[in-house]
Amino acid sequence: MTMVDHNIRVKPARPDIGARLTFDLSRPGRIGVLLPKPDVPPAELPEARFLRTDLNLPELSQNQVVRYFLALSRLNYGVDTGFYPLGSCTMKYNPRVNEDIGGLPGFTLAHPLQPQAAIQGALVVMFRLQQALASITGMDAVSLAPAAGAQGELCGMLIVKAYLEDHPERGRGRKVLIPDSAHGTNPATAAMCGFEVVTIPSDRDGNTDIEALGSALDNGVAAMMLTLPSTLGLFDPNIQRIAEMLHRHGALLYGDGANQNAFLGRARFGDMGFDIVHLNLHKTFSTPHGGGGPGAGPVCVKAELAPYLPAPVVEANGDSYRLATPERTIGRTTAFHGSFGVLVRALAYIRSLGAEGLRAVSDNAVINANYVLARLRAGPGQAGYQLPYDRPCMHEVVLSPPKAGQRPYGRPPGRAKGVKTLDIAKRLIDYGFHPPTIYFPLIVDEALMVEPTESESKEALDAFCDAMLAIAREVEEDPDVVRAAPHDAPLRRLDEATAARKPYLRWRAPAQGGNV
Amino acid sequence: MTASSPHPYIPNTDDDRRAMLDAAGVATADDLFADIPPDLRIDGLDLPQALSEQELVREMAALAGRNQVPGDGVASGGCFLGAGAYRHFIPSVVGHVIARSEFFTAYTPYQPEISQGTLQTMFELQSMVCELTGMDVANAGLYDGASALAESCLMTCNVTGRSRIALLDSLHPHYAAVVRTYAQGRGLAVDVVTDGDLTEEHACLAVQHPNFFGHLEDVWAHESAAHAAGALLIAVVDPISLGMLAPPGHYAADIAVAEGQGLGSPVSFGGPYLGLFACRQQYLRQMPGRIVGRTTDLDGRTGYVLTMQTREQHIRRERATSNICTSQQLVGLTATVYMAAVGKHGLRQVAETCYHRAHYAAERIAALPGYSLAFQTPFFKEFTVRCPTPPAQLLARLLEGGIIGGLDVGDQVENGLLICVTEVNTRDEIDRLVEALEAAR
Repeated sequence: MTMVDHNIRVKPARPDIGARLTFDLSRPGRIGVLLPKPDVPPAELPEARFLRTDLNLPELSQNQVVRYFLALSRLNYGVDTGFYPLGSCTMKYNPRVNEDIGGLPGFTLAHPLQPQAAIQGALVVMFRLQQALASITGMDAVSLAPAAGAQGELCGMLIVKAYLEDHPERGRGRKVLIPDSAHGTNPATAAMCGFEVVTIPSDRDGNTDIEALGSALDNGVAAMMLTLPSTLGLFDPNIQRIAEMLHRHGALLYGDGANQNAFLGRARFGDMGFDIVHLNLHKTFSTPHGGGGPGAGPVCVKAELAPYLPAPVVEANGDSYRLATPERTIGRTTAFHGSFGVLVRALAYIRSLGAEGLRAVSDNAVINANYVLARLRAGPGQAGYQLPYDRPCMHEVVLSPPKAGQRPYGRPPGRAKGVKTLDIAKRLIDYGFHPPTIYFPLIVDEALMVEPTESESKEALDAFCDAMLAIAREVEEDPDVVRAAPHDAPLRRLDEATAARKPYLRWRAPAQGGNV
Repeated sequence: MTASSPHPYIPNTDDDRRAMLDAAGVATADDLFADIPPDLRIDGLDLPQALSEQELVREMAALAGRNQVPGDGVASGGCFLGAGAYRHFIPSVVGHVIARSEFFTAYTPYQPEISQGTLQTMFELQSMVCELTGMDVANAGLYDGASALAESCLMTCNVTGRSRIALLDSLHPHYAAVVRTYAQGRGLAVDVVTDGDLTEEHACLAVQHPNFFGHLEDVWAHESAAHAAGALLIAVVDPISLGMLAPPGHYAADIAVAEGQGLGSPVSFGGPYLGLFACRQQYLRQMPGRIVGRTTDLDGRTGYVLTMQTREQHIRRERATSNICTSQQLVGLTATVYMAAVGKHGLRQVAETCYHRAHYAAERIAALPGYSLAFQTPFFKEFTVRCPTPPAQLLARLLEGGIIGGLDVGDQVENGLLICVTEVNTRDEIDRLVEALEAAR
């Protein structure tokens, strides 16, 4: 009798979606949209040299367009797919009602150059958002102009530069102090503004090393850029002292507000001594991340710096609102008024939460992160992850794998032994989770930075922690399966080295070495 | 314990929180905020309480209703306002694709295995931008056309080692303003020039084509002047125009930047928009912004990854080519879907429709007594008219009749009115504009 092995299954090979771009699917004569026929007499065209005869864009039928992009969307993991704990990115739920509101024709069809009397609704949105952000941060004046956090940082540091030029009595500072845990945009921004970057180490507790700060502080310092809580997820209890030290030397304190989700309604930047702060609306204020934008990075300042804000700001005169240019503005950051579509969504979010709700956001974000910390940390009777700083975290927690090399305070980065964070991250994908941020902040070897946000239920956190602990066991018992992960993703690990060495950055026709 | 009302965006209940606080070994949520010095602690925010979803929609819709936009009763006569923000037709597929939450709720594709949707569409955008502009390599987008221009000016200073930026005087004034904002950081000088002003101290010459007034520039003359002075040529272009006009690659531009809003995004009161950026192969490593590259995975399947990251802030920090991190990805996806939908022939058709309708409008307006075209050079979809009376008055009268007539550029051209006509403006609207302009003077 022949034995039939019912375990053999024959699956046709999955199509190589990546090898079939719109250009590859294109066939001459297909159209995706029916456009109107000409209805005016044709005008004479410019001379031939002004015109083109070639234009190589794809030709697809409409349903091909839909299928193609739908197929691609299904390869993507978003917040709607599942837990997405990227540190300092605040991947919270993007409320759908805000999308509906953002799509209202009264908002989408308003042209930025219409006479202001005709677009008062848009100006009210902006004014109310300015006020709400000022209230939340405890700062005095706000500009909604910057298109992203990094552009907010740029504005902030240009304000520092401009203000100090106007106030030479505060010293001609050319140096900017930046903690070693800072996000890369901070030093990049300082350099774009012509400042020299001086790195300040963090101490054993993960706070700014006050002695090192003291040594670095002289009258040549223009400002310090501080993220609070830090990228370690830790609130520096010495913040007021830091502010006082800087101010005493004529320097300004700039706050990177990317982590504002940690203390809404509990404390305010303005009370701590910050002179300038930027916020990320696509983080704390729930506007969608979009796969990498659009976001918005409003900049909030103390009254003395208000004249320097980027243009435009919205001013109220009784019941009437207008776009205004601050008298010593550092200038425009984009062609028009800022990412208005993002601003609408952020205001809708703030109105949906209210004072009590916003405080609850932070409370729950912090509780969630501390629960993850408690479940994942190694301890007596629990194998788990290393906690570089043994103290409660705020809205995010930084961990390292069980056998990663610890970097003692002050030692430069070394090579990790044993388990690699990269492998753990890739294995998490097999468990159905988006990995946390890895290898950042730089001062923790093999770092894993987990920010759950308040959007996650306890069950979701438990499922994530269960997976993390299971992987920690796999590392001991079956390391190969971790090192070869992911096994269950649309693609396996990609060859990034070759991508960088042999850049292949645009579609190529088959004759040029593209698809056959 | 957090004593607050339940909220749809916060799943955990008092019971959940109690269990988690117990696991964390603390009695209350307040204990977790112990690092905040007591004198900094506040009891809450000075903001109104939460609105229900219905109240929220009502409140926000009322604000939207206070904007007089084309299509409703007030501006039913059409809108002829352009000047850097353009009403173009948005095919219905665009909105449906970008509403896929796998696209819009994702973030920067740091884990490529589960981000191929984002990465492959970024690669598509890069490819399409190269084809559109005739340039060798493109990035995955910057904030908007103006900041893309600013970043490209900074790049030319890095490439040439020079510290003066030249902008042709027909550039959009807001674009020039943004360049100045970025230039002040490194103390770079910005000169607004006309032909012949270029010197060997200039790192670049930026030329907008069609220019702010809507007219075509003699780009070959500008290219010669720029390269003769050892400066790089930056072309600031309208991507819709590239459906029919010779692209920057054809006139030897070194860098091409553009505003991508017209490719499928609404005007949206000025943002979010999309900066397109492309350049010659030799400048690849100085480019700002994200770049996606094609590669293979362990099984040999084709995939896409962020590449050339050593240029960027998260690797290179203070030596990065730019500080940009989050950009405009969803708007980039919008442009990609738009270009896939209209396709090769559709984009040409859109461009030609804009061209012919704008010329029909211009001819009819120029025939009106008292009105004339301010410039005799060819134009694409915008043109500047010298009016018999100050444009502000004309525009007010037009608005009474439900027409948004254009932009008053009287500060640059005497009694100048910048009128934009796209494929969205019907012949009927144009005829009524002409009649209204005649009646209003």
